Amino acid sequence: MPSSPKARHDDDKTHPSGDPRFQLIDRTLKRLQYRQDALIEVLHTAQEAFGYLAEDLLIYVARQLKLPLSWVYGVATFYHFFSLKPQGEHSCIVCMGTACYVKRAAEIVAALQQAFGIEPGHTTPDGKFTLLTARCLGSCGLAPVLVLDGEVLARETPETTLAAVRARLGGETAARTPTMALARTETPVVEEVEAL
Amino acid sequence: MNRAELQALAQREQDRRRAFRCRLLCCASTPCLSSGATAVQEALESAVREHGLEAEVTTVATGCMGPCSRGPMVTLQMEDRPDVIYERVTPALARRIVAEHVARQEVITDHVMASDLPFFTKQMKVVLANSGLIDPERLEDYVAQGGYSALAFVLREMTPEEVCAEISKSGLRGRGGAGYPTGLKWDLVRKAPGDRKFVIANGDEGDPGAYMDRTLMESDPHRVLEGMAIAGYAVGATQGYIYVRGEYPVAAKRLEKAIRAAERRGLLGSRILESGFNFRIDIRIGAGAFVCGEETALMASIMGRRGQPVPRPPYPAQSGLWGCPTLINNVETFGCIVPIIQRGAAWYAGIGTAKSKGTKIFALAGKVNTTGLIEVPMGITLREIVFDIGGGIPNNRAFKAAQTGGPSGGCIPAPFLDTPVDYESLRALGSIMGSGGLIIMDDQSCMPDVAKFFMQFCMDESCGKCVPCRVGTVQMYRLLERITNGSATPRDLELLEELCVMVQETSLCGLGQSAPNPVLSTLRYFRDEYEQHIRDRVCPAGVCPMDRVPVHRLVAQRHPVQPATA
Repeated sequence: MPSSPKARHDDDKTHPSGDPRFQLIDRTLKRLQYRQDALIEVLHTAQEAFGYLAEDLLIYVARQLKLPLSWVYGVATFYHFFSLKPQGEHSCIVCMGTACYVKRAAEIVAALQQAFGIEPGHTTPDGKFTLLTARCLGSCGLAPVLVLDGEVLARETPETTLAAVRARLGGETAARTPTMALARTETPVVEEVEAL
Repeated sequence: MNRAELQALAQREQDRRRAFRCRLLCCASTPCLSSGATAVQEALESAVREHGLEAEVTTVATGCMGPCSRGPMVTLQMEDRPDVIYERVTPALARRIVAEHVARQEVITDHVMASDLPFFTKQMKVVLANSGLIDPERLEDYVAQGGYSALAFVLREMTPEEVCAEISKSGLRGRGGAGYPTGLKWDLVRKAPGDRKFVIANGDEGDPGAYMDRTLMESDPHRVLEGMAIAGYAVGATQGYIYVRGEYPVAAKRLEKAIRAAERRGLLGSRILESGFNFRIDIRIGAGAFVCGEETALMASIMGRRGQPVPRPPYPAQSGLWGCPTLINNVETFGCIVPIIQRGAAWYAGIGTAKSKGTKIFALAGKVNTTGLIEVPMGITLREIVFDIGGGIPNNRAFKAAQTGGPSGGCIPAPFLDTPVDYESLRALGSIMGSGGLIIMDDQSCMPDVAKFFMQFCMDESCGKCVPCRVGTVQMYRLLERITNGSATPRDLELLEELCVMVQETSLCGLGQSAPNPVLSTLRYFRDEYEQHIRDRVCPAGVCPMDRVPVHRLVAQRHPVQPATA
């Protein structure tokens, strides 16, 4: 699990009363009458409210629905839609559906991968940028398509994508790009900071 | 609401529509929204206000009009005149349309899509009849087009048995891909013993490159709901679920709105249209798992579990959701029900071929000039779809293959362009009808690479329950990877073929059983391409990197065989 035990402890103290986002989950639970088969809907709400499903969130949902945590964890990890890791400030989802693939979306992914030194599904160590791929966004007429921070960009090429992403991240990130790949080796430092 | 009130509502809405001299329809389905339809719609509205035309001109945000690659689309309807369709509309052009065409009747010719294009004339809109013409978020718009009259008719005039018989007579087959006769399925559920029964609409359209169901749910949600309610009446169910793919937020939102509107008017819920029939519909949002398109996995997902399939039998018709008899059909299948009831089974059976009746929606994409959503009668040839409706291949390149059925389907090469598109003919060619994704490939596509793409998809999406699928897809992917990077040997190709047959025959559900199809069908028609990759280490299409060397050659280079000493 990515979240450290300490972080979980801190969150524990703040809810259920402290964090107003838990109220959103409670409301969904109530609307669905705490039915165990509503688990996926509850997880949808939780992810919408918190951005990702942290361990304590899964524990909370499991307790509320009186389900084993293993069951909730099993469901949360089965579906691609749920993320157990925090997402970056900006995200880019590249469609890898057939139509986009035939129009060479793989080259776009490769370009982003090279520029930011991350694999699809990962976030840059500074937490600024997440690269994701999707199965099909259903906008095949506009292939290749990608979604940058919720905005759909159509008929992209590797060059236009890189330009758009860099513009989104701001000039400073673009200049720092080469060092970002290096930063990957320094992850222990980041973990230390978190542990403090 | 009763039947008379429904008719009165339709009449009122038609009168309201007639009061306007002109209707400006702006497509608001996902592809057009992605290309800026919201700004176009706002520009149209503000321009109408600026010209003081609010009383005589109405703007409507509609569903899909078809040619998605040319969006955003705007259709201009004027009384007694043919509709004019504008393509690639920008906010500036939208203002010009209002200023010149609406106010002064001057058509802006350079952005008009001719309505006699084969793209429009070769199509036959039955399921998508309302798509692009009505506001999907207004129940009144649907009722004005005759909506919910089929449900009213069924509730008043027909017994459940007669409904099933009518659907059987129409020859409708499941639009999800397998093509099981719909009427037969309905009858099975109707006859199954049990007090609780369920109806499920499968809108978990996972095939990459297919978006028919989404468009139908976005453009005409009430048609799906009405079809489901009729099904509920026919099989004796009181609860329906519509399972929408998580990636389709617009569709889910519109369906939600449609369900609430229908419930308020007494068209869903209890005592529908003042009859004794109760039927509720709830939405379930998927969470991104391709395997959930398989019916048993989808039901597991509705029940809040991991979407893993279970062996059949028992079939859902006997034991489905919570062990109750369950009818599960594709969204598009439910979309066909209303026209069948309205116009009769005989009319519907008159369209199409001997064994495949009616129309089919395809999502035409890939290397073709006009991509978009099309509805064609069964039995149309692939050539007509690609070269007439799609307008041919860009840059006059050569057509290489059409991929149907997504990761469960196969490729149809150029020599079979004149094959009629129906369930049997496609199966004979080693492909399947599938849900309706149709990807066109030109000579720049490498077939082993395409097979690898689909295998990677199946590998990622395998739920992991049965070994042949979980392990087999990984091994097949690795073999394909070796073929496409130049390190394969002829033995690898043999192994790949063996594995294909093994996975096909021993997997638990449709995902695994059909995972080898893209490989088998490309091997069947493009075996020489595979052999070129292996023997000559050349990718004819120039797609594959071919940067590796087979191990035995490396060994041979480093340790040349010493000539035997005499």
